[in-house]
Amino acid sequence: MADVRNGIATRAGAMILAPVGWLANLFDAPLRMLQRRTGSNGMAVFFLAPNMLVFGIFVLFPLVINILYSMTGGGALFLGDRTFVGADQYGRLFSCGSYLDPKSCTEDLFWIAVWNTLVFVVLQVAMMVAVALVTALVLNRELRARSFWRAVFFFPVLLSPVVVGLIWRWILQRQGLLNLMVFEAGGTPVNWLVERSWAFTATIMVSVWAHVGFYSLILLAGLQAIPKDLYEAAEMDGTRPLRVFWRITLPLLAPNLLVVLVLTLIRAVQIFDEVYVLTGGGPGTSTLFLTQYIYEVGFASMLRNPGLASAASILMGAVLVVLTLIQLGIARRNEQRGKMR
Amino acid sequence: MRMNSIILGLSAGLLSSTAFAGDVRVMWYSDGVEGEVIQDLLNRFMKDNPGINVILDNVAYKVVQEQLPVELEAGRGPDIARVTNIKELADHWLDLTPVIADPAYWQTNFGDQFDWMRPDGSKIIPGFMTQITLTGSFVNKTLFEQAGVPIPADTATWDEWIDAAGKVQQSQQLNAAFAIDRSGHRISAANISYGANYIGGDRLPAPIDAGTKAFAEKLVNWVADGRMNKEIWVSASGTTYRAGADDFINGQIAYYYSGSWQVANLASKIGKNFDWVATGSPCGTAACTGMPGGAALVAIKYTKTASEVGKVMDFLGREDIVREFTERTLFLPAHKGVLAGKIDYKTDDENVKASLEAFLKASGKIAPNAAALPAWKWGTPVYGALVTRISQVMAGELKLDEAFARIDEDIKAQVAEASK
Repeated sequence: MADVRNGIATRAGAMILAPVGWLANLFDAPLRMLQRRTGSNGMAVFFLAPNMLVFGIFVLFPLVINILYSMTGGGALFLGDRTFVGADQYGRLFSCGSYLDPKSCTEDLFWIAVWNTLVFVVLQVAMMVAVALVTALVLNRELRARSFWRAVFFFPVLLSPVVVGLIWRWILQRQGLLNLMVFEAGGTPVNWLVERSWAFTATIMVSVWAHVGFYSLILLAGLQAIPKDLYEAAEMDGTRPLRVFWRITLPLLAPNLLVVLVLTLIRAVQIFDEVYVLTGGGPGTSTLFLTQYIYEVGFASMLRNPGLASAASILMGAVLVVLTLIQLGIARRNEQRGKMR
Repeated sequence: MRMNSIILGLSAGLLSSTAFAGDVRVMWYSDGVEGEVIQDLLNRFMKDNPGINVILDNVAYKVVQEQLPVELEAGRGPDIARVTNIKELADHWLDLTPVIADPAYWQTNFGDQFDWMRPDGSKIIPGFMTQITLTGSFVNKTLFEQAGVPIPADTATWDEWIDAAGKVQQSQQLNAAFAIDRSGHRISAANISYGANYIGGDRLPAPIDAGTKAFAEKLVNWVADGRMNKEIWVSASGTTYRAGADDFINGQIAYYYSGSWQVANLASKIGKNFDWVATGSPCGTAACTGMPGGAALVAIKYTKTASEVGKVMDFLGREDIVREFTERTLFLPAHKGVLAGKIDYKTDDENVKASLEAFLKASGKIAPNAAALPAWKWGTPVYGALVTRISQVMAGELKLDEAFARIDEDIKAQVAEASK
């Protein structure tokens, strides 16, 4: 019976794969000819070309254009119509009495955005990783309706950032849901989006709420990949739970944590959409982050300044590249250490 | 054969998304019901002109503000557009003179605003104003009556108005007494009432003067003492626009400074909830002026159907059509013939009728410095700098003196950049 079943499966497999084989054979002769003419290096170029073409058109070309824009001035949109100004836009961004005091800078809003982004990144990344880790640890336990809880935590990830911003705006505005609850509980309503510290805190909380499900999922996958026998051995040895966490869970989860850290960091530096809808960068400039600054200078203000916006975006991109390289370096070092052990 | 069918199908698909000769595409945004009214009028036009297919693209105001300029820079865009940043984009408008039936009619009826929408020194006919707007204030009469506070007279100053609204706030336990839209254009009316003049001798922006400083200081103090709604101005950064209409509609403020374009919006949303009326602009030490402005319907010079565009514009600019559009949308018209005749606004709402009359009356009191601004190309950077920096003062990030210095620097930098 099993032989018959295997035979049917084999025949079905062969039928499905037949067109693929036929297609492969179709290209076989021309590819062999190409290989004879170009050698194996030429073939590598041939196979990489489509990918490089897409990368070139959609990544490299815009990057080069952006760099060129950052070296031009004027209000015209097309590069050919713009005046070459060299490094003037960068000079304008870096013209500061003290980088620690944005008021002393020519482009004070840029430096306010830089410092706001820095503080946001530090706090948001720390909170995101911590909350994602705790959530993953909880969801990894034998809970009742575990799939339901996993879905609950993942659901906000499916929402558009604009929807996230609007939902929380309705909750946090002066006459929003939160103040209604505060009032019902006998408290004094707070203007959450107008008080500087509350508004900044709100941007962190909302962005963590919106994305933590995704990062928890990555960590949950890492937790489930840790061999169970390690925990069983620790239990037999009577190891305390905290020690199990520090000695087994955390080291074995480190690669996943690093992935989460890299992704969170990049996403935090790029924060824009939900914050733009939630606070519009206010109160004052207390939640004005770098991407919003670039957007406003380049697109939203009536007298657009694409040169300055491009220069700011190049600087932001450079910071992201450096951060990513540092983290990849750390990851590589950890990997090598692991191999040596 | 099969390949031919595929090519034929693809071609048909491509053609269906491409404009045919005779198509006229109009980019339109709406504050109230004007999108429905214009569609109705255009349907009538197409019935009489079967060879011309007018496609009305109703878009968000943000699209007109942010995406249209980029399209225009690329030499593309719709054939006709309804815009408010008329002067800044003036280089992209089509001269309708050769394609309209009677340029003299246009000159007579719409000529007063042509300089608002064409480059300095140009004599083209780029389009016409679909509405004239005037900034001004609205009063919640019911709240004033309940508080037993008399509504200030036409000649009352900003201080007197805010004091009266403050009494209503205290009596009715409102969160704030009043709100002003977060817009440099809006506060410019008040600045000019206190003697401000933005235009320097060389037609470039003048350093901000005592008039602007005087009103900016008042604004900041009104936020600090809780009479002005803090949320509108403080809860955003940069030049982000925020209207205070919702607070007025919900009866949370007694006094609201915005403009004539809000009349239809307030009428439809307030309904019979309370009585309200427009009261023009409060006085300063120099004038009692509002800021004129409006939305123009302009033809785009990259159109490939200029003669059809001319026919559409001729139709929409006709006196009977402008009159109908005005009466149904509750707008203030620009057409001189319509203004000279009787306008029978299509509403039974007494609040609306009284408000429109108030705005028509206020339009006779526009100060020369305010009247000059719609035709001045540097208005936008001045408005933007005012909003950005005064908001920062309200949020406690800058002192007034620092803000004034920054406003001048911002304007100077933007003018220098745009002049490169």
